Amino acid sequence: MTAELTHLTAAEIAAAVASGETSAVEVTQAHLNRIVDIDPEVHAFLHVAGLDALAAAEEVDRKRAAGEPLGPLAGVPLALKDVLTTKDMPTTCGSKILQGWRPPYDATVTQRLRDAGVIILGKTNMDEFAMGSSTENSAYGPSHNPWDLSRVPGGSSGGSSAAVASYEAPLGIGTDTGGSIRQPAAVCGIVGMKPTYGGSSRYGLVAFASSLDTPGPLTRTVLDAALLHEAISGHDWRDSTSVNAPVPPVVAAARQADVSGLRIGVVAEFSGEGYQSGVMARFNETVELLESLGAKVVEVSCPHFTYALPVYYLVSPSECSSNLARFDAMRYGLRLGDDGTASADEVMSITREAGFGPEVKRRIMLGTYALSSGYYDAYYGKAQQVRTLICRDFDAAFEQVDVLISPTTPTTAFPIGERVDDPMAMYLADLCTIPSDLAGNAALSVPAGLAPEDGLPVGLQIMAPALADDRCYRVGAAVEAALEQRWGGPLLAQAKGLSR
Amino acid sequence: MSITKDEVAHLARLSRLDLSDAELDHFAGQLDQIIGHVARVQEVAAEGIPPMTHAVPVVNVYRDDVEVPCLTPEQALSGAPASEQARFRVPRILTEE
Repeated sequence: MTAELTHLTAAEIAAAVASGETSAVEVTQAHLNRIVDIDPEVHAFLHVAGLDALAAAEEVDRKRAAGEPLGPLAGVPLALKDVLTTKDMPTTCGSKILQGWRPPYDATVTQRLRDAGVIILGKTNMDEFAMGSSTENSAYGPSHNPWDLSRVPGGSSGGSSAAVASYEAPLGIGTDTGGSIRQPAAVCGIVGMKPTYGGSSRYGLVAFASSLDTPGPLTRTVLDAALLHEAISGHDWRDSTSVNAPVPPVVAAARQADVSGLRIGVVAEFSGEGYQSGVMARFNETVELLESLGAKVVEVSCPHFTYALPVYYLVSPSECSSNLARFDAMRYGLRLGDDGTASADEVMSITREAGFGPEVKRRIMLGTYALSSGYYDAYYGKAQQVRTLICRDFDAAFEQVDVLISPTTPTTAFPIGERVDDPMAMYLADLCTIPSDLAGNAALSVPAGLAPEDGLPVGLQIMAPALADDRCYRVGAAVEAALEQRWGGPLLAQAKGLSR
Repeated sequence: MSITKDEVAHLARLSRLDLSDAELDHFAGQLDQIIGHVARVQEVAAEGIPPMTHAVPVVNVYRDDVEVPCLTPEQALSGAPASEQARFRVPRILTEE
């Protein structure tokens, strides 16, 4: 029974806990056992909070026994990205500069998960301060892809994607700034959703690029993603950019799973050079599939999307250079070189030099450059104007179609070490995911099959206008149902990277 | 267009990063490559296009002016590298001149 519990979906676990068929403690213990068994190979977690998780599970079981109402995810275990603050666990952001730091408050996402009776198993690995596409920028070593342990699980939310794909948890939370939920979901063969910007709160999310950062779900099924999306969403007065609007009907859309009559646009710019043949083969098959399910598919051009990567690598480092100024060795985190003679300024420079890894340093300097007087207009200012043009491309496209689709990533998971000292090659992993971040739109990645040449997962990306997140789920659930029928079960059942 | 080692050293100083000489050389090459790529935004005709700072058009967000619980001094200082008399203790910030 223990092994089976780890392979249930979140919806199934919640139903089994609610009916008394199993207990939240039993479910939590099964997942903790799984982590002990396989995390030495996967390295998804930076911190496992076994006792706290069991205590939270006991509380769910007590509520059930007392006849108190349980939420739709009560008793379901979750892997939380280490960029969201937790007052009872360390929060390191994958950085040495925050090693051992225990925040004095919970992020809104953390608090909402606790309120929903979701069991937080621990904190997951990530690229340092969410900057990267592989988890190789973590100060604590990379996570491994459960399909092939010699490959990256994507990033920056690669610890959460690896945990979900290796059945260490049915639910994971990631954050998406340039694709950091969808890209790891795609390369691990699972589901990842970037909600509309402002749809899920940034309070307690350690900031990388504030105009882009968005927390969201990583799960094994589209319905589970919708349930988790709903649990963490909604207006938060603590986040001034939180959207004060009803949460889109994502769970109903995931259950509807019907695309008949829907107008779907294929982004013409996201194909050609740099796209792996097996990725395009699976993508083109899903296009045919959607047509066979009754959708009307047309090609749509979004000419400024080809500038999304340069815009992103001006906007996000600029915001990063400003946000990461808070790591000043004065109020929390690492302090080095404070020998009684060094000035505060010297202590700052010594601490930041030792506490930050190379990618974070690169981006801080790049942002400092783009914001410098003399360069500001040519770089940051111009990038902001092109960002407007990218949004207008989306607006024009969404006049013709209900959703846009593309491959989630140009290639499947790459080998650990291959791109680590070639920043431009690493940045290309987010080519297709960045536009939705720049525009603040909703976008989902669902498994589309395996690339024939390497047997690794390919993701289909579904992009919808802001606050139309439900459309992503409607299409994603329809694709999932049709493809699982073709495969004879979930794609993950074919993963062979793990011996158990 | 290329970025020199001296310019990287200046950026590192502004960024409060005490980079080693080897790092300056390494980053100069990489930053040059990245800046060469992002400079492509300059190809786009964007005369008169308003800059976009944010995806959500919200302005002047206020909460109700009511007291809400906040951190105690002990909680706020719980992660401090050094503290004294319920305050953050920091290295000297003034020079002796």
